[in-house]
Amino acid sequence: MEQDYTYAVARIRFRETKLLSDADIGSLLAAGDTAAVMRLLRDKGWGDNTNCQPEELLVIEEKKLWEFVSETVDDLSALNFLLIPNDFHNLKVAVKCVTRNLEPDGLMIANAIEDPENIYQAIVSRDYGELPEFLQICAREAMTTLLQTSDGQLCDIIIDKACMETVYQFGKESDNEIIRLYCELFVAAADIKIAIRCANTHKKPEFIRRALAECDTLDIDRLAEAACEGKDVVLTYLSATEYRSAIEAITASMSAFEKWCDDYLTNVMKPQKWEPFGIGPIVAYIIARQNEIKAVRMILSAKVNSLPDATIKERLRSMYV
Amino acid sequence: MSEILNNSGLFLALLGAAFATFMAGIGSAIGVGKAGVAAAGVLSEQPDLFGKVLIFQLLPATQGIYGLLVGFLILSNVGLLGGGVEEISLLKGSLYFAASLPIAFAGFYSAIHQSKCSVAGIGTVVKKPDQMGKALILPAMVETYAILALLISILAVNGISGIQV
Repeated sequence: MEQDYTYAVARIRFRETKLLSDADIGSLLAAGDTAAVMRLLRDKGWGDNTNCQPEELLVIEEKKLWEFVSETVDDLSALNFLLIPNDFHNLKVAVKCVTRNLEPDGLMIANAIEDPENIYQAIVSRDYGELPEFLQICAREAMTTLLQTSDGQLCDIIIDKACMETVYQFGKESDNEIIRLYCELFVAAADIKIAIRCANTHKKPEFIRRALAECDTLDIDRLAEAACEGKDVVLTYLSATEYRSAIEAITASMSAFEKWCDDYLTNVMKPQKWEPFGIGPIVAYIIARQNEIKAVRMILSAKVNSLPDATIKERLRSMYV
Repeated sequence: MSEILNNSGLFLALLGAAFATFMAGIGSAIGVGKAGVAAAGVLSEQPDLFGKVLIFQLLPATQGIYGLLVGFLILSNVGLLGGGVEEISLLKGSLYFAASLPIAFAGFYSAIHQSKCSVAGIGTVVKKPDQMGKALILPAMVETYAILALLISILAVNGISGIQV
């Protein structure tokens, strides 16, 4: 039976009015120091009424977001595509910590489908069957590769590619346009970043082909060939795809491209503000909140490190409201 | 056999009354339920909007009342309410049944679609409470078609009672 999100969307309609706007971000940026930013955020309802530190504040907000989502959505599995990357991150941490006899304290992300501790214990005991199905094959492959070759980068691309393939598969199986679009953009953006980095570092064709994951909006074979020939060829290839508007950002820097991706996603999600039914408004709200937290993290870091406002401004994402 | 045929007219008339009440009632129940879920979501965040969201929740309730009205008229015309049940021919019973169809179907579908409009209206009021009037007009437009169906059902039921068939 199809899930009914009417209750969740109604609550989100109210919460959307509390999201930070571009003007709010401007006020935070204009605040004199970290304490002033924190004060403004607390006035907006951020935090838990304690005198927490900036980093704690962001953790609390992320936790509040997922608590709200769990409270309003009966079956969270429909939102797994947002959590899958966190599970793969946790797997990466577990594999590297286990092979180097380190403890993963503070390195794992709590908001994930599988309990991070379970992932760590499964890797410690090499009992891959204890992992969720989507992690099993790549956990075994990544662990074996790292133990046999000590090549951390190879281990990373095995896990990253599996992550991209899992997200892509989730999107393919979804009947929701917003989820399909998010998953496609997630994989395509990762492919573009890989291609550019490989082109800059002159990676071998086999490595590039192994790192890239299939998606619908990019021809992976052509992208891999272009990456072998250099960054300019990658950009020429991209000019013939729907990512031609990203070329300017890619040319500027990887962080500019990441901003382009987030802004693109925000713009695509904006019509969800008027959509009264379905999972779309929930997905859009989660992404908007995460973007907001990302923006506040940048501002707080800038204030702590006394960076000029202009440096932060060029990295700040467009807000959802 | 003839007794069954004689009574089947009354049975069809009763079926019409039941159908009007049942279909329009189900539509309203679904509609009010859907709008109620959205209203509950809003109230958990902003309880002072109770008065406003309640109006939106009640909008799809009217179709159920229209169905009840038509059902009541049919029952009254065949004498089931007054105690003196008339002998209803098969054709007349069929006509009563046909008369119930407009409000049964239009009531059912309009209540469900009106509730969708109401849910959207609730979303508008949460964001812009000053736009309550405009947000209310949009789901109220759906009501038009339930009223048109009600009108035809009432005219038909009243017309049938006057003909000798």
